[in-house]
Amino acid sequence: MRLYGREFASRLLLGTALYPSPDILAACVRAASPALVTVSLRREGAGLRAGEGFWSLVRDLGVPVLPNTAGCHTAREAVTTAQMAREVFDTDWIKLEVIGESDTLQPDVFGLVEAARILSGEGFKVLPYTTEDLVVAERLLEAGCEVLMPWGAPIGSGRGLNNLFGLRALRAHFPEVPLVVDAGIGLPSHAAAAMELGYDAILLNTAVAKAGDPAAMARAFAQAIEAGRTAFLSDPMEGRDMASPSTPVFGRAVLA
Amino acid sequence: MSEPLRVLVLGAGVAGLVSALTLAERGAAVTLAERGPRIGSGASWQAGGMLAPWCEAETAPPEILLHGEASIDWWLAHVPDAAREGSLVLAPARDQGELVRFARRTEGHEWLDAEAIAVAEPSLAGRFTRALLYPREAHLDPRSALPALEARLRGLGGRVLLGADEPDRSVFDHIIDCRGFAARQTVSTLRGVRGEMLLLRCADFSLRRPVRLLHPRHPVYLVPRPDHVFMLGATMVESEQQGGITARAAMELLGAAYALHPALAEAEILETGAGLRPSYPDNMPRVQVLDARTLSVNGMHRHGYLLAPVLAAEVASLLNLQGGPELHT
Repeated sequence: MRLYGREFASRLLLGTALYPSPDILAACVRAASPALVTVSLRREGAGLRAGEGFWSLVRDLGVPVLPNTAGCHTAREAVTTAQMAREVFDTDWIKLEVIGESDTLQPDVFGLVEAARILSGEGFKVLPYTTEDLVVAERLLEAGCEVLMPWGAPIGSGRGLNNLFGLRALRAHFPEVPLVVDAGIGLPSHAAAAMELGYDAILLNTAVAKAGDPAAMARAFAQAIEAGRTAFLSDPMEGRDMASPSTPVFGRAVLA
Repeated sequence: MSEPLRVLVLGAGVAGLVSALTLAERGAAVTLAERGPRIGSGASWQAGGMLAPWCEAETAPPEILLHGEASIDWWLAHVPDAAREGSLVLAPARDQGELVRFARRTEGHEWLDAEAIAVAEPSLAGRFTRALLYPREAHLDPRSALPALEARLRGLGGRVLLGADEPDRSVFDHIIDCRGFAARQTVSTLRGVRGEMLLLRCADFSLRRPVRLLHPRHPVYLVPRPDHVFMLGATMVESEQQGGITARAAMELLGAAYALHPALAEAEILETGAGLRPSYPDNMPRVQVLDARTLSVNGMHRHGYLLAPVLAAEVASLLNLQGGPELHT
């Protein structure tokens, strides 16, 4: 998978929040070998460097870090957080999140486009957390984004792919743009379904972090994502309404 | 009779006080040195004081259950205001799935229906239809428990130095470093996990036991203290930010308390607090041998009160001190 000109072996992006301990997070990373790990700056470090104890453990995971702007509610906040992230993690990659509604945590797409434009102008490689809306997607690409990350369902809800039609349409409209389903994935089957639609990668956190055995679940997701991708590339059959036996019935003896 | 072992314990939080007392009970000549002006000037003072191994096992490694009961017995035998009344776990109506999941992930509990909840906690009557009761869990008030440990230590001839520079280490046979997050320079894998809490007083509300309210975003617990005082906690933030509670944390904690019972909206806020839980990467406390004379008891994380007696017994056996109440069963 290629994002912003960089090649990744894995198609899983893993969040680092909510794990029982940093050791268990590290075990998940070993089990799933994600392409990137995302880490929140805002919640974890109200002051510059305050999150250092945890951030240094995240850096030690040996996986490129994708800082995020989780918890930001305005474009301005998100821009400031991204600038801080660039200093803390020495990277110009940013998962851009501008929250518009506190119950569903759905993105404020207006603030998102605004922040994406500012950050792209400053040389950031922006991975925006967005909805499956085609027009917003178009605007984000115009703003300089080279990757889009539509939600499957609200963050942490584990509901899977809420709008299959919309996600399919987005894939069809932007065949060349790397698309990552970000948020709402609860089960490996959800991840596999998104990959079968032709999505390029999956970003998830809660489904692994809150599992009874997080490392085993991380491995299950890695396998499902690989299976979904392989299936997509294998040109799956179309569904049909009528049964079609895989063994011919003609010429068989008819009993009774 | 041989000379008693001379031991210097650094830090008068829960780890230091329990270690010092355990060693004194086994015949050591203990000096407890605290840099702060009083005992419990760090994270221990802000703690909930829940002795809840079955609930904690939801996220903590299973070994947390190994010595839970023995540790609860230790506390009941050593401090006032400690009680084995169990603890109650609840979830708002729309998050019942969280309760089912919590039950699946833990043991040592029984289900209560609305009627049983009303009997167990009359203040919560009519508010919840289901709850999990962990009958063998206990709780204590850190602010009477720690002074009680200090008094016992002094009663056994232990010296307690407050607001003092560290004494000359060379006159001691052993040094036990229990400084918590302050020992970060010595113990490199230690990090701080910020926790924030409030103390409330609410005359119209009573609890016999700690109550945990599960919530996907803001889980909280409320621990009853004497005189209708309640400790409401606690956030878990991967931050080493010092300083007072944030507005966000106060809103989240109080919002969740209000969801538990609207009467708590009328509570008087007696105090807000924040502290850093010293934590290792596995979030479990441990005893480490730093050199031939020096041990470290640190990384108490959320488990200071629950596991301090276990670690203190481990320290005593590393120093070959026998006797005293046996903890390892």
